[in-house]
Amino acid sequence: MTSAMTLAETSFNFAYLDEDTKRMIRRAILKAVAVPGYQVPFASREMPMPYGWGTGGVQVTAACLMPEDVLKVIDQGADDTTNAVSIRKFFQRTSGVAVTERTAEASVIQTRHRIPEAALTEDQILVYQVPIPEPLRFLEPRETETRKMHELEEYGLMHVKLYEDIARHGTIATAYAYPVKVEGRYVMDPSPIPKFDNPKLSGNAALQLFGAGREARIYAVPPHTQVVSLDFDDHPFVASKADHACDICGSATSYLDEVITDDKGGRMFVCSDTDYCRGGQ
Amino acid sequence: MYVAVKGGERAIDAAHAWLACERRGDPGVSELSVAQIREQLTLAVNRVMTEGALYDPDLAALAIKQARGDLIEAIFLLRAYRTTLPRFGSSVPLDTEAMEVTRRVSATFKDLPGGQVLGPTFDYTHRLLDFTLMAEGELPTAPTAPIRDEKVPHVMALLDRDGLIEAAPQGGQPIDMTRTPMEYPADRALRLQAIGRGDEGFLLGLAYSTQRGYGRTHAFVGELRIGAVTVEMEVPELGFAIEIGEIEVSECETVNQFKGSKTEPPQFTRGYGLVFGQNERKALSVSLVDRALRWEELGEDFAGAPAQDEEFVLSHCDNVQATGFLEHIKLPHYVDFQAELELIRRLRRNAHQEAAE
Repeated sequence: MTSAMTLAETSFNFAYLDEDTKRMIRRAILKAVAVPGYQVPFASREMPMPYGWGTGGVQVTAACLMPEDVLKVIDQGADDTTNAVSIRKFFQRTSGVAVTERTAEASVIQTRHRIPEAALTEDQILVYQVPIPEPLRFLEPRETETRKMHELEEYGLMHVKLYEDIARHGTIATAYAYPVKVEGRYVMDPSPIPKFDNPKLSGNAALQLFGAGREARIYAVPPHTQVVSLDFDDHPFVASKADHACDICGSATSYLDEVITDDKGGRMFVCSDTDYCRGGQ
Repeated sequence: MYVAVKGGERAIDAAHAWLACERRGDPGVSELSVAQIREQLTLAVNRVMTEGALYDPDLAALAIKQARGDLIEAIFLLRAYRTTLPRFGSSVPLDTEAMEVTRRVSATFKDLPGGQVLGPTFDYTHRLLDFTLMAEGELPTAPTAPIRDEKVPHVMALLDRDGLIEAAPQGGQPIDMTRTPMEYPADRALRLQAIGRGDEGFLLGLAYSTQRGYGRTHAFVGELRIGAVTVEMEVPELGFAIEIGEIEVSECETVNQFKGSKTEPPQFTRGYGLVFGQNERKALSVSLVDRALRWEELGEDFAGAPAQDEEFVLSHCDNVQATGFLEHIKLPHYVDFQAELELIRRLRRNAHQEAAE
C-alpha cells in the first residue's frame, strides 16, 4: 500500500492534472474572467475525490497553482473541517506548495460555503466550490432552457420567485446561495455561501473563481467587479447573521456557527471563520 | 465541546486505517487475490470495466478488491485512474461481424447464417442455491466443439438488404465525452457513449419503463452477440491499421416496430447497445433506451416519458456523478443550516406577531 502510494505520488504531474488539461481549464478561466458571471462549459475531469466534494474547485485551484504559491483551504470557514483537510493534503502531496491557515498569508484560497472575514487583496485568488452553478436551476430544470434565458437576459422568473416569497412570507426566503447580478448583466449563483457574505463579493480586490466539476462549468468575478444581490426597492437586501457576539473572541461582526452544548437548550455562538476568530482573541 | 470539530486530520488517518482492516476482514480467512476476482467474479469485473470506461480486467479486479466489493466505488477508482492516462488516438470501428462468438442469439429468426449459439448463460438455469459450491475444490468440465471458422453476418444487415429496416447510420468521428463538455441536444454517438458507461441499474429501470408503456418502442432482440473482437488502430506513419489488442464485448441490436411518421414510411427501426465483456442485461438496456431517445429524429411524438427525455437521461445516468453528489450531503453544512435557522426563526416570529395583532 505504502510503496504503491509513493509510486503514484511521483508519477503525477505538478498539482495532479496534466499540462494539457490545465491549459484547457486556464482557457475556460480566461473566458470566464472576460465575461463576468457567465458560466463557461469546460471538459471537467474525473478527480480522485468524489463529484460534489469540491472537484470543480480542485480543478480550478490545480490550474492556478504555481510552485511559489501559498495555499489555504477552508470548508464552512474552518481550516480543520475534514474535507478541507483532505483537499489541502491532496495539494500538499501532488504539488508540494506551502500551505497556511492564515488568510493574509495565502495567495490561493479554496473555499466551500464561506468568504473569509478579512478583506482580500489583489494578490489573492479565491476559488469557490460550486455544487449547482445555475441560479435558475430550481426554477427551470432544463439546461437547454436556462442557457436561453441567460442569452436573452430573461430573468423575470427569478424576480417572480422573489416576489412570491415576499407575498407569502413578508420577506425573501433565501438564506444562502442568494442570487446576484454581475456588472448589470448575468444573474449568478454565488455558491452556497450565507447571504451574509454576499456584500463581500462586490468590489472585492481578489480574483474570484467558481468551479463546478460535476456540472462542468467555470465562472468568475474579476477584481473590483460590481455584484448586486437581487432585491426590490421596497424590500432591500439585508445581510443577516445570528444576533449574538462570538463566545470565544467577542466579535460582533463575524458570521457565527451555533453550537449545541447540552440537551437542555444550552448553546453557544462562535465564529465560523476560525482564522479570524484566532486573530481576534 | 466546540473542539469536537477540530482534529480532522487525525480522524481521517484513523478512519482510513480502520477501513483497511475492515477490507481485509478476518485474518484467519485467506486473502482474496486479484486473479481470483478476475477469474471468478468476471461479471462484476465486466461491469466495472464498462462503467469505468476502461478495458483492463486486472485493474478492474484490483478496484473491486480495494472497494470491498462496492462496484460503484470500484467504478469510481477505475475512472479516476483512467482520467490520468494519455490519449494516443482512437481505434477504427470494431468489426463485430468478425467476432469470435461465444454466445449469439436472435429472438427474431429461428435459424440464420452463423447459427444460434447459446454459450455460457444463466438463461434456463434453475435458480436453486448450489450448496455443493460451499465445499471447495470443484473443477467443472464442459463438452467442447470445434470453432466454426465463418463470418457471422448481422441480422440487421439481412433485414437491411430487403429494405425493411432503416438504413444503417453513417460513420464519422464521434465527439469524445471525456474531452468535450456535454451539450444538448447530443447526437446519437454521444448519447450511446453516455448511456454505455451509465449505471446498469438506472438504465435497466429506464428500459423496463419503456416496456411497461412509458415511451414504448416494441423491441425485439434482433441479435445479441458476445465474443472477442480485435481492436485496430491506424498509425499515421504506416498508412494502414494494425491490431493493438483483443477485447470481449456484448453487442445488442434491437428491431423496433415503427408504423411510420410524418417524415418516414413504415419500417423497422434500430436500437443499439455495446458494452465491455459479457453483460447482457446492460447491452439490452442500452439498446432499448437508445431507441426510446431517438423519437425526435424519427418524427415520433414525445410522450413525456423519462426514457425519451435526453437531458434527463444523460444528466442522471452516471453513477460516479450521482453517488458523489448524493453522498456530499454528509459533508458539513453548518453555515447554510445556520442561515436557514435564522430565517425560520424570523419567519416564525413574524407569523406569531401577525397572529397576535
